Amino acid sequence: MSETLVSILTVIVVPLGALSIAAGLIWWERRLLGFLQDRLGPNRVGPLGLAQVLADMLKIFTKEDWIPPFADKPVFVLAPAVVLVTVLMSFAVIPFAPRIQVVNLNIGLLFFLSMSSLGAYGLVLAGWSSDNKYALLGGLRGAAQMLSYEVFMGLSLMGVVMQAGSFNLGRIVEAQAEGIWFFIPQFIGFVVFFIAGLAETHRLPFDLPEAESELVAGFHSEYSGMKFGMFFVGEYLGVTLISALLVTLFFGGWLGPWLPPILWFLLKTFFFISLFILVRAALPRPRYDQLMEYGWKALLPLSLVNLLVTGAVLLATRSGASS
Amino acid sequence: MIQPILTALGSVWEVFLHLFHKRETIQYPEEKVYLAPRYRGRIILSRDPDGEERCVACNLCAVACPVDCIALQATEDEYGRRYPEFFRINFSRCIFCGYCEEACPTYAIQLTPDYEMSEYLRPNLVYEKEDLLIEGTGKYPDYNFYRIAGLAIKNRDKGQGDEEEPPVSVRSIMP
Repeated sequence: MSETLVSILTVIVVPLGALSIAAGLIWWERRLLGFLQDRLGPNRVGPLGLAQVLADMLKIFTKEDWIPPFADKPVFVLAPAVVLVTVLMSFAVIPFAPRIQVVNLNIGLLFFLSMSSLGAYGLVLAGWSSDNKYALLGGLRGAAQMLSYEVFMGLSLMGVVMQAGSFNLGRIVEAQAEGIWFFIPQFIGFVVFFIAGLAETHRLPFDLPEAESELVAGFHSEYSGMKFGMFFVGEYLGVTLISALLVTLFFGGWLGPWLPPILWFLLKTFFFISLFILVRAALPRPRYDQLMEYGWKALLPLSLVNLLVTGAVLLATRSGASS
Repeated sequence: MIQPILTALGSVWEVFLHLFHKRETIQYPEEKVYLAPRYRGRIILSRDPDGEERCVACNLCAVACPVDCIALQATEDEYGRRYPEFFRINFSRCIFCGYCEEACPTYAIQLTPDYEMSEYLRPNLVYEKEDLLIEGTGKYPDYNFYRIAGLAIKNRDKGQGDEEEPPVSVRSIMP
């Protein structure tokens, strides 16, 4: 009885929590970016400017929700929902604390990878249905970027899977409780996944689908009002998701002394979100061919080598222990 | 291959250190920027030390104005002293270039270091003479045009101004 109550509560709290964290990121990103650029950031509305989130939401809800007459209407409406839903779905498999998880899938990692691949459709459909050359270019870039970075995003995680012997995210965290956190043995995997995560959420160094300076606003050039807001929230949810996954896979998830597990998880996630913002503040956007070259010629071989070495080491140390 | 990665990490570190630098933001309504004494802001019309309007309605400011934001109409009192019947500056057009101040022969029109003149309604940016005229003398406390101009005016005939000699009869050859 209480078991079902807990799971119902989790189902309600996890998406709500994820959405409110994403909304809070609107404030935190602007504030932190301000600090990194010797400014103060939004500090006027409410204490520390926290009510900026409310003000922004109020603003975006009251904006005119306009569908251009030349757009492919059903697809145009569907695209932002795809982005948001796929990211929210991925939160289902993340173990926030020992019992707090929406579904305990034994292929949780694969579920996340498939959902993030589906998320690319949001970009492509938005770019296509807008019937606008900049949007289309953005959508195409998004598709190519996702495709090429998806490949070694998956591969970079296989080292972790081999070490933990499971695709289950909860089991991966438990495997780190026994030994060392995976970011030390899987350091290359961690770096590659971090970079791929940047590209996956199309955050700033890799925001070529948006690329304000070249493509107006890229794939969401034609979007306004809450549909634009959904892309926006989708991006912040993506950042939260990748940070949560980095924590789960490489930094021992909820593990940590003294504090309750959920707090450890949130603290670590917060650290990685801030790291994402720091990287955004520091690095310029590469050229498109540089992005592709970097992906295929550097990161893919690196993750393959990492995979081979991990496999070899595992084979040598515990002969056939993990099946 | 390694070099660009190191420089990228280096710039991330540099940007991180900026968290601990001094903020450059001036929090405006509470803190204010230093304005130079000659800052060109809101335009005023000053009075001479006797408390009379300095403006003689010569229209030079309106001519000098590159955006045509000054409008005025000249008139005279019973003693022949010129003054503007109305004097209107449209601050929604004014670019605060200060040419009017440079053109003014009597130091009447002056620019002040004040910029806080936002309005919700555009018509409120049109200032009439009552809004422009101040009680003081502005930047030139001792200057009084009519005292040195040599014009006959109320309480002062020709030859009664500062450092002014009595008028000479042009029909005489012996001054």
